[in-house]
Amino acid sequence: MTGATLQARPPAFLPNWPARLAWIALAIYTVYAASLLDVTWARFVLGLEQGARFISRMFPPDTAPDKLALLAKGLYETVEIAVIASILGILLSLPIGLLAARNLMPPWVTWPTRLFVVLCRSFHQVIIAILFVKAVGFGALAGILALTVASIGFVAKLFAEAIEEISMKQVEAIRATGAPFMNVITYGVMPQVLNRFVGFATYQFDSNLRNSTMVGIVGAGGIGGTMFAAFQKFDYDYLLTILLAIIALIMLSEVLQNWIKKIYR
Amino acid sequence: MSATAGIHREWRRYTPSQRLARFVLYFGLVFACVVSLRTVQIIPEFLYDAPEQMADLFKRMWPIDWAYYPKGVHEALIETLHIATLGTILAILMALPLGLLAANNITRNAALNYGAKFFLVSSRSVNSLVWALLFVAIFGPGALAGTMAIAFRSIGFVGKLFAEALEEARPGPVEALKAAGAPWTSIYLKGYWPQVEPAFWAIALFRWDISVRESAVLGLVGAGGIGMAIDSAMNLFQWERVALMLVAMLVVVIVAEVGVTWLRKKII
Amino acid sequence: MVAAERATGAVAIEVRGLCKEYKRGVPVLRDISIAFPDRGITAVIGPSGTGKSTLIRCINRLVEPTAGQVLFHGLDMVKLRGRALREARRRIGMVFQEYNLVERLSVMENVLSGRLGYVSPLKAWLRRYPPADIDAAWELLDTVGLTAFANQRADALSGGQRQRVGIARAVMQHPALLLADEPTSSLDPKTSVEIMELMTALADSRRIPVILNIHNVPLARRFATHVIGMAGGHVVYDGTPEGLTDDHLKQIYGGEDWLE
Repeated sequence: MTGATLQARPPAFLPNWPARLAWIALAIYTVYAASLLDVTWARFVLGLEQGARFISRMFPPDTAPDKLALLAKGLYETVEIAVIASILGILLSLPIGLLAARNLMPPWVTWPTRLFVVLCRSFHQVIIAILFVKAVGFGALAGILALTVASIGFVAKLFAEAIEEISMKQVEAIRATGAPFMNVITYGVMPQVLNRFVGFATYQFDSNLRNSTMVGIVGAGGIGGTMFAAFQKFDYDYLLTILLAIIALIMLSEVLQNWIKKIYR
Repeated sequence: MSATAGIHREWRRYTPSQRLARFVLYFGLVFACVVSLRTVQIIPEFLYDAPEQMADLFKRMWPIDWAYYPKGVHEALIETLHIATLGTILAILMALPLGLLAANNITRNAALNYGAKFFLVSSRSVNSLVWALLFVAIFGPGALAGTMAIAFRSIGFVGKLFAEALEEARPGPVEALKAAGAPWTSIYLKGYWPQVEPAFWAIALFRWDISVRESAVLGLVGAGGIGMAIDSAMNLFQWERVALMLVAMLVVVIVAEVGVTWLRKKII
Repeated sequence: MVAAERATGAVAIEVRGLCKEYKRGVPVLRDISIAFPDRGITAVIGPSGTGKSTLIRCINRLVEPTAGQVLFHGLDMVKLRGRALREARRRIGMVFQEYNLVERLSVMENVLSGRLGYVSPLKAWLRRYPPADIDAAWELLDTVGLTAFANQRADALSGGQRQRVGIARAVMQHPALLLADEPTSSLDPKTSVEIMELMTALADSRRIPVILNIHNVPLARRFATHVIGMAGGHVVYDGTPEGLTDDHLKQIYGGEDWLE
């Protein structure tokens, strides 16, 4: 079969030059940036030593009763902040998301709404928390407001995108029955997006819970404040207790989330 | 069919046990909300004062001190970007093996599976600011602490999504390579990797985008980047400079998002 | 049940006492013993759920048999582990109903992936296949008529084209045996015939015995040189296509309506 038909063949594999160049650029960048940030081996080794010392000071975790009471109070406030901010943020995201959906609303409504949502999202929750602390003082209120804004930025955006992906045929069908607008939304739009909305909502609650643990660092309430104080007082064993409690809290919330998802399916 | 005429047929959307579960859920939510509202400490005077205070704050931020940019802001901004990028690269390197271990269709050993998942969950549970605190304590203040904080925080995110992408890979092509007698490494390289590659890059870019935002605030605890500049400016009540930095952050974030969207289209 | 005398007596692969239970107490394969001829195309026919696919997959152990032996070139496949199993598998090519190509890779890469059992992972990753393999790949692409598509992504091809790539990949292994699990079930009638003709041509020219399972009886009759009929997990016919009468078919499939 071979022999007589020996012809010049094209290459078996076409080299992907853009990809190759990108990899090389990435490698060069890594080396460059590492040197820029003074990521030297010496510092790294020193850091490991320090790290070992640090970790040994964290063990065993501090479980004195008054410290635990403080911890419990802080955790409780953290959960409160997360719960209120989530519910408020999610409730507000429903109408805002609807207003931002380009297949349901005219441009003069969607553009300002989308701009608002982008602004809510662009800044880190901590920055927003600082601003609210300056505005409304230290405490949980600043934390709640900050996380509400962050929630809207996330949930409203995804909600709007989900609405824009629905099949308009179902909406048309409901409209054709002569239903008023709110009914069109309830029966035409919501059934298609409700599942995903629940997904966003649970994700956002989880995110808020994680973030509420640290808005306290800038004074916006919750366990973050306790943690930062322990850090500054070099109370590392108490710091470990707090960290473990936070991790436990978050894992608990994940278990709860899975349960919720099962119910809504 | 007249035989069914006398039977009252109900149409229910959910079975009784489902309805109970949903009711418990609603009740739980309302309960949590009510309890929280009652016990959270909100001083009413502060609440009424809030709009006025916010207006005052915004007034102090105007006019924005543009002139400060080259001296105080530019370098810090670049450093922030380096922290985010290098941190993400480090995270990806560490997350790849962890993701492989956590995927239950690739690693059959349940102990390894759970172990890897535990690492990934812990990495995600600890906030990047907290990681930054820890690393500042270990490495001292500066960009190194920030980079490590971003790296460790991102491992969980990238690793989890990577493991999920692996678990969703179609088993057919993998089966074909197994049937051809390919060794495990080749099965992974030619069977799994081509399937998850688009998702992987999407995850990496997504995480980089988030890391840019997070790197900006790490400086508040001393881990380098523009956060440190914001911190000093706030302590000196130089609100116009703070405003400048906020705008600079906003611009970077927008540019990063636009860049990421463009890159995604090209790669996927 | 009816074992035909075969001219050569040579055996591609032999299955003895093969049993498979997916769930305890629900056997899918009941004590199957077949000596597959090492020439031509052997078609395994039978109704859905009767274990045809399980039988094929037990041969290269994509499915683990519950009991029994699979004798291939003097080795019992069931007892092989690790490296020995891989080495046995690379001598057996397989074609799948859903083609099972790596969609994002090019046609050439997919065809060459048939050599992954012979090439080290590092070389495979760097795409340094031996020149002999690359020549063989081009040749096969010519044979299946897809030379022009060599550098296109596999998911740009039609179903029939993808199956050709799948066949090329299996033949790249230079196998001693070719298995096919419902190779035409996802294809339209015309393409099904083309694929069967392609497999027949390759099997003849390279002297590779083919064992395929198929539920299209006319196709089986047309192309097979030997037929195994299964019903209820047992072998109820083991002979030539000519000897396959309507009575046999009734025994295999039950009912008369579908017979012409």
